[in-house]
Amino acid sequence: MVFHLDKCIGCHTCSIACKNIWTDRKGAEYMWWNNVETKPGTGYPTKWEDQKIYKGGWEKKGNSVDLIGAGKTKGMSRIFHNPNLPVMNNYYEPWTYKYSYLFDAPEGDDQPVARTISLVTGEPIDVKAGPNWDDDLGGSIDYARQDVNMETLTEAEKQAMFQLERMVMFYLPRICNHCLNPSCVASCPSGAIYKRGEDGIVLINQKRCRAWRMCITACPYKKSYYNWNTGKSEKCILCFPRVETGQAPACMHTCVGRIRYLGVMLYDADRIKEIASCDTGDLIERQLEIYLDPFDPVIIAAAKKNGIADSTIDAAQKSPVYKFVKKWGIALPLHPEFRTLPNLFYVPPLLPTMASTSGGLYDSTTDSLWGKAEDTRLPLRYLASLFTAGDTEKIKEVLRKLQAVRLHRRAVTVGDLDKKETEEAMKRSNLDSEMADAIFRLTSLAKFEQRFVIPDAHREEAIEMIENTGDVKGDAGFGFLSKPNRGL
Amino acid sequence: MSDFFFIGLPYGSIVIMVIGTIYRYRSSQFGYSSLSSQFLESNNLYKGIRPFHWGIIFLFFGHLVAFLFPRSVLIWNGDILRLLIIEITAFGFGLLTLWGLIILIIRRVQTKRIHAVTSRMDVVVYIILLVQVITGLFSAYLYRWGTSWFASVMSPYLKSLFIFSPDTAALQAMPLWVQIHVVSAFTMLALIPFTRFVHILVYPLLYFFRSYQRVVWNWDKNKIRNSSKMNVGKPPENN
Ligand code: SF4
Ligand code: SF4
Repeated sequence: MVFHLDKCIGCHTCSIACKNIWTDRKGAEYMWWNNVETKPGTGYPTKWEDQKIYKGGWEKKGNSVDLIGAGKTKGMSRIFHNPNLPVMNNYYEPWTYKYSYLFDAPEGDDQPVARTISLVTGEPIDVKAGPNWDDDLGGSIDYARQDVNMETLTEAEKQAMFQLERMVMFYLPRICNHCLNPSCVASCPSGAIYKRGEDGIVLINQKRCRAWRMCITACPYKKSYYNWNTGKSEKCILCFPRVETGQAPACMHTCVGRIRYLGVMLYDADRIKEIASCDTGDLIERQLEIYLDPFDPVIIAAAKKNGIADSTIDAAQKSPVYKFVKKWGIALPLHPEFRTLPNLFYVPPLLPTMASTSGGLYDSTTDSLWGKAEDTRLPLRYLASLFTAGDTEKIKEVLRKLQAVRLHRRAVTVGDLDKKETEEAMKRSNLDSEMADAIFRLTSLAKFEQRFVIPDAHREEAIEMIENTGDVKGDAGFGFLSKPNRGL
Repeated sequence: MSDFFFIGLPYGSIVIMVIGTIYRYRSSQFGYSSLSSQFLESNNLYKGIRPFHWGIIFLFFGHLVAFLFPRSVLIWNGDILRLLIIEITAFGFGLLTLWGLIILIIRRVQTKRIHAVTSRMDVVVYIILLVQVITGLFSAYLYRWGTSWFASVMSPYLKSLFIFSPDTAALQAMPLWVQIHVVSAFTMLALIPFTRFVHILVYPLLYFFRSYQRVVWNWDKNKIRNSSKMNVGKPPENN
């Protein structure tokens, strides 16, 4: 998966699409398997990135990794009460409105209002938080300034970020990363969570979940949620019923900014442990190594030997994700230092360069079209804290590449730039005009079929080879036909 | 009457428990859950649930040991100091359990959010636990020394149940507190399939033996792509 952050308009269509399909149920109202955060901001649940509070993800221990706040000793000894579990107040208390009051209110001097009613207790509440309470930097003193990623910034940089003229923000849509080294799976005592071999989707078996709540602590992205009504944990299922039938997940299908890409990546599962345990500085480099070149004949042969269908190999070759991540190297994982090896990559936002005020006038002109990558309005160290575990060189390299593509396209379409300068920028980023055009096309013009290359799941074979098809004829859905009632 | 309570009830309870849990596991495994409410209220839960669980687990295994090795317990109790140590520890854990339970009950009554997830069976669970712990504490306090008479009276009774020749004479001579304790214990057993007690049976022991990551294939493509196996496969286990 790739999300192109420059294109996200923060419309929350993705969140609503997901909510309407999957989490519009009692106990799941507060869950947003897909949520969109404004950065800088504290996010949802509040300060989810701060593992000093939530103890999610893995930590390096010698040549290996261990779960920070869960696992066989730490998790099991806290099974009765888990001190690092985010509780409802860390998310928000879901509410509805008492609309009937609009009609039933006795006549009076004031307009009747529909009061907010808690969806948990059914009683009136004062709403204090929501899933995107700090949208567009609302209440930035309480939220944006508390952003965990600002810890690495200098006081001056922090000040600069909140000067009115230089205010800066971007949107960060998040779903489950369907990680290669998922800490949710590792933390589940009942073994209810598993990664599907065929497509890598991470799922929670609702029948085996026993509400030990470890995954919620263990997932550093807080993308596993506890359904307080059914007493089961739930998470993003990457719309597997859609993916299996060749459709894009609902959040991706509906994305207004067309920022989302989905495609196959072949990888070497035997190396996961080794790579998850490498030094923090090498994490990104090493994670990229695990994804294999789908054009390499050796790899194709190995894939076939392992029973991977030709259609899947074909999809891997056409994968937009492979291009963004491996071929072009302009997409980065979110918080690689959590060591779950997330499978969702972000093209970082290329926010406009600094403006300044001179003599009370707002001045956004710079000498050249872009200015230097170092001068982006968002301090490099902030972006580095999000996407490269603090490595500013790496983020600079990606920003330069993105800038070079734009310079090139400007030179092609408008032609008002100094040729030498453009060429130099391209050369510095190892781009040729062909590649720059390809990046431009997949970023801006890509059609549905180019953004989502989903191979055939061959479910027809799955059924035929496991069961007598006659036996299951007439069955539909998820093989789970009773109502998901809370246990006694 | 005593035959009903001391013979009928135990056997009935065990049958209900075994059949009930198996039936419920097979028919609606979705309902098998510890139904944690920590998500809705965490601070008071912390104060109550840890003492409660540690206490009751110690007491459970204490009873189990006395049942399985009554002679060793009696030998241990031969020395007054050792007797006092074991009695006081056990009583302490009993108080711990009661303390935790009371906090949990107060929490459930006081917290509005918790009302939303309180079922009728939860009330039953609290009542029976309360009866169990209080009668246990009174028995231990009033009739000394519990560890000794448990080993010499209760263990033979329980054993007689297990070998299908129930002998209730000794139990009938016991004080009422003890008799209530026994009856409520067996009632609790029968309640397992109908309450959140089921979570005890699905304690994730296997976690300690499995590797951390879990990958499930819907089908093993290499093995199963073989038409001779057409009709012998089994349904996938992942849902
Ligand atoms: S992001 Fe998804 S796969 Fe990764 S640890 Fe969290 S819930 Fe598991
Ligand atoms: S639908 Fe697309 S553009 Fe809109 S908020 Fe979601 S990711 Fe961003």
